[in-house]
Amino acid sequence: MLRDITLGQYYPSGSVIHRLDPRVKLAGTLVYLISLFAFRSVEAYVVATLFLAAMISISKVPLKFMMRGLKSILFLLLFTSIFNLFLVPGEVVVRIWKLKITDAGIETAAFMAIRLVYLIIGSSLMTLTTTPNDLTDGLEKALGPLKRIRVPVHEIALIMSIALRFIPILMEETDKIMKAQMARGADFESGNLIQKAKNMVPLLVPLFISAFRRANDLAMAMEARGYHGGEGRTKMKPLEYKKRDLAAYLILAGYVAVMFAANRLKIVPALF
Amino acid sequence: MAIRIEHLNYIYNEGMAFEKHAVRDVSLEIPDGQFIGIIGHTGSGKSTLIQHLNGLMRGTSGTIYYNGENIYAKDYRMKDLRSKVGLVFQYPEYQLFETDVFTDVCFGPKNLGLPKEEVEARAYEALRLVGLKEKHYKKSPFELSGGQKRRAAIAGILAMKPEVLVLDEPTAGLDPRGRDDILDQIAKLHREQKITVILVSHSMEDIARYVERIIVMNRGQVMYDDTPRNVFGHYKELEQVGLAAPQVTYLMQTMHSQGWPVRTDATTVKEAADEILRVLKTVEM
Repeated sequence: MLRDITLGQYYPSGSVIHRLDPRVKLAGTLVYLISLFAFRSVEAYVVATLFLAAMISISKVPLKFMMRGLKSILFLLLFTSIFNLFLVPGEVVVRIWKLKITDAGIETAAFMAIRLVYLIIGSSLMTLTTTPNDLTDGLEKALGPLKRIRVPVHEIALIMSIALRFIPILMEETDKIMKAQMARGADFESGNLIQKAKNMVPLLVPLFISAFRRANDLAMAMEARGYHGGEGRTKMKPLEYKKRDLAAYLILAGYVAVMFAANRLKIVPALF
Repeated sequence: MAIRIEHLNYIYNEGMAFEKHAVRDVSLEIPDGQFIGIIGHTGSGKSTLIQHLNGLMRGTSGTIYYNGENIYAKDYRMKDLRSKVGLVFQYPEYQLFETDVFTDVCFGPKNLGLPKEEVEARAYEALRLVGLKEKHYKKSPFELSGGQKRRAAIAGILAMKPEVLVLDEPTAGLDPRGRDDILDQIAKLHREQKITVILVSHSMEDIARYVERIIVMNRGQVMYDDTPRNVFGHYKELEQVGLAAPQVTYLMQTMHSQGWPVRTDATTVKEAADEILRVLKTVEM
């Protein structure tokens, strides 16, 4: 349920990956995600798997923790796989009544499933090793040049960091209100869909009120401390690239090169 | 015997980086009709413990019996338990959601599946018990003051006619007047309705005036479980775990150490005053 969302849940283990500049991790995640969708061969996926496995082991975040993010997309995963399996045209392999499974269908379904799983694990790896603050700092700095064309980069970064910061708070609040209403005999589980939606009212009304109250308090606290937007604002810990960040970029470049090479190898012929 | 807790443990986030052993091998017996105070420092596990009493949290290990029945048994009706053990959370006013106070108080009894007349009769009675004036009944809960909101929220639990009432810091964030009002109402409830009351607080002063038994929690364990008099006798140990005895305890201890022949076990201001007067009279004579 709600608790399974790993996004925005930092896991402190103090590894090298944790200490990398957030810009490196952002770039790395982006490159990795693109590489997943740009290449489509067994060799490339072997490389992508090895790379991901290596990163996970370096990060020292337990695998169990990463897998929790997968639970929330389980339905999507099944849905896309089944659709791909039956609807992609190609040479028929198995025929069950009117449904046909084709060779291209199996291949696409397998690739899509792997892509989705790696996509979630890859991005969880970033959020698990980077504090939300670092993440938005990195984003703000990386998108800095866009300020020239009047993109409100600072504001976007601020909105993001507040949103991320509020996820655990609101989740905790939801839990609390749910329990308080359950103590008054509220039932959030049984009933049909309409009944269930109706039963959510005692949860949602207090939750909205508290979210607004918190937003109001936060705005007040920020103003009281002289916040006036990004203009002329300095950082206590400005982001600076270190040697390890350079090394990380080199490794990333190496990964892309190997991906290209592996994709051209064609040791394993197309699956069918 | 109403509630029996046996070797209860609760671990948050078991097996992960943020693992926390919040309740550690707690065994307690809570007979009918007692007025009990649970005190402990922030994070001592007191809030976690009381959420087990009505089955909102399930212990990692251990058992809880309510009137002799194991509440973790497969066919146990958790909903019945929740109507018998009323739990008022911290800042209960945050759970108000209806368009007016009266309807909100009706929410609990309505969930019990009672007929409409019974629901309304109970809501009236509960609102009367918490001392909320009739002119507020049809107001939106958000128009009330902090203390009134809290009364309305407590009425929401009372309307379910619980046999055990558990209150988690019912006076947090109230001014001294509102605090005394609420505590006096709770004491009156205990006296008149003969229900078991469990009051969670970190203020010794609040608790000392009302309860007959104090359970001190520290790091998830029961540190003391005794009468207020005996618990406050350990005032030095209490200080070590971030708690303090009532101010009168310190006064009596200081007087005693300076040679006044006073007894040091007074727990309320009135007892202390009587004791000092008694000693002064014997000294004069």
